[in-house]
Amino acid sequence: MMPLRLTALMAGALAMGLAALTAAAETRTITDATGRQIEVPADPRRVFAAGPPAATLLYTLKPDAMVGWPRAPGAEDMPFLRPGTRDLPALGRLTGKGDTVNLEVLLTARPDLIVDYGTVNATYRDLARRVQAQTGTPYALIDGSLPTIPATLRTLGELLAETQRGETLAAYAEATFAGIDAILAAIPEDRRPTVYLARGPEGIETAARGSINAEIIDRVGGRNVVAAGPDGLATVSPEQVQAWAPEVIVTIDADFAAHVGTMPEWQGIPAVRDGRVYLAPAAPFGFIDSPPSVNRLIGLKWLAQKLYPEAAAPDIEAEVARFYTLFYGVTPDRAALAGLLGSGHPGE
Amino acid sequence: MSERAAAPLLALGLAGALAAGAMLGPYPLSPVDVAETLIGRPPDPQAAIVLWNIRLPRVVAAALIGAALAAAGAAYQTVFRNPLVAPDILGVSQGAGLGAVLGILLGLPVLAIQLMGFAFGIGTIALVMAIALALRGMGQVLVVVLCGMAVAAIAGAGISLVKLMADPDDQLPAITFWLMGSLAGIKQADVAAALPAIVAGLLPLIALRWRIGLLALGDDEARTLGVEAGRLRLLVILSATLVTAAAVSVAGVIGWVGLMVPHMARLITGPRFDRLLPVALAMGAALMVLVDAAARCIAQQEVPLGILTAVLGGPVFLWLLARGGRTWAE
Repeated sequence: MMPLRLTALMAGALAMGLAALTAAAETRTITDATGRQIEVPADPRRVFAAGPPAATLLYTLKPDAMVGWPRAPGAEDMPFLRPGTRDLPALGRLTGKGDTVNLEVLLTARPDLIVDYGTVNATYRDLARRVQAQTGTPYALIDGSLPTIPATLRTLGELLAETQRGETLAAYAEATFAGIDAILAAIPEDRRPTVYLARGPEGIETAARGSINAEIIDRVGGRNVVAAGPDGLATVSPEQVQAWAPEVIVTIDADFAAHVGTMPEWQGIPAVRDGRVYLAPAAPFGFIDSPPSVNRLIGLKWLAQKLYPEAAAPDIEAEVARFYTLFYGVTPDRAALAGLLGSGHPGE
Repeated sequence: MSERAAAPLLALGLAGALAAGAMLGPYPLSPVDVAETLIGRPPDPQAAIVLWNIRLPRVVAAALIGAALAAAGAAYQTVFRNPLVAPDILGVSQGAGLGAVLGILLGLPVLAIQLMGFAFGIGTIALVMAIALALRGMGQVLVVVLCGMAVAAIAGAGISLVKLMADPDDQLPAITFWLMGSLAGIKQADVAAALPAIVAGLLPLIALRWRIGLLALGDDEARTLGVEAGRLRLLVILSATLVTAAAVSVAGVIGWVGLMVPHMARLITGPRFDRLLPVALAMGAALMVLVDAAARCIAQQEVPLGILTAVLGGPVFLWLLARGGRTWAE
């Protein structure tokens, strides 16, 4: 009676196949951040992230559904990424300044949903509409601003059929914001340090108050010395930085952090004189921006600890380990943490 | 204006521009502060750091680069007997640009980026010369210029490719800014690095200014006067390339100065190269120092030099054109 078990097996496989088919076919209608009504699969299995912010968000919520990275992660990022996502192909990005994805490549990846996370304006709404019309794949645009991160995690969690995980991460985000607010409540405006964000090996690339690249400095109460400017990156002269005399310099450039102590044009600036130049960790995602996504939550805690050493939580290493475990699914060991944060202490 | 009257005015103008360059900048330093710092009695240590480490290197670099680009432009315009020629006619800017943006893409230190810019600039001209020689020999100016255009176009395509590959959040703004030219990051070491190449390129132009002027008469004419045109032209091209590559590698691509300043200088001196060169050197230096001072004072953010020189150069060039081209005489 061999066939009995085989038949049962086949029937089971058939049932599972049918279930998968119906699941794939099952759709529901949602409204995205631009107000567009889109029909999405009830349980999206293959999701294309339109750019690095969306890829990070998708990675934290449903890594199994990723079909690729906008840019391949570097060797230094690999230890902090889930094994299954390390070798995903680099497919390019749909939005932002350089549109590098080929729509045929996109379709070859067979996504059942495209997610974009970032600025919501007429350009991106139009891009979403055009790509959806051209590819026949639903395209959801989600508001990428910092304060809406908890809501975003819940919304996208639900959209990806990961409601429980979305709720867990959202709760962490809310607790992070509440913790920052509690610290700030005790520190009057004029006792918060002035901050300069240094980018590039020369440190003269920066971002102004209110720009997305420096948003977390504003959020932790740092007084960004670059008051006004274009919404994005700007280049300034070291003389201008001398005139600003920032008390803290935050940088994302390891080369700059290593050499600022000996660069003649940076001498005498309070932050350099007092050893308050801090290099933000960058693997697998940046602490300050790059990309401006949920990775900035740990950046907020790290920066709060740098700006207010007395007021903030003392054990940043444990906090980083907790965040990486919860959001990235990888628990860094002692050596990895030291590598990650140790480079964040130039001159110490 | 007669040349005799112009000389002291020019010297005064250059001195004034240098002084203005030392006085102007976003860090608040009064003229008295600057003067006291210059004679070694700074009002506070920070004033000395700002002036010696930041502002004066910029002023010196701007003067050197302005002089270098103007001299190279004047030399090229003379030997190619063409008023529309700029120092980057043979593709040195595109070549140097390709080297530098590759350096930015690879995340190299600043000095290595400058070295790559310089090496690629020189390499581009070497390639142009080699191709021109293989095709027709250096005798035909037109062939050299056309080879330069073709190689420049290829280097330009390389730059576009690098831009495409660059990280749009991080490297692309740096590349774009570099390609528009700036002295924002200049330091003493950069001036020291560029100085030997610029001097080495300017010296032959200055020493041979009279013979170079004869090239404007045409090769046959020059030969009857005892000047071997082909070899001299090669030397001029090499010298002008050297200074241009050195300037581009530290300051990025700054257009219009090399094209515009020789024309402005010709208003005073007429077309003779031996008279044109010193005036072009002084005017180029003064102009660049003032433009760079404007670049750091207009806003908190640095304004790229290429934007300022184009805004300035376009109208001035049209005005020169409206004067009926009387400044250029064959």
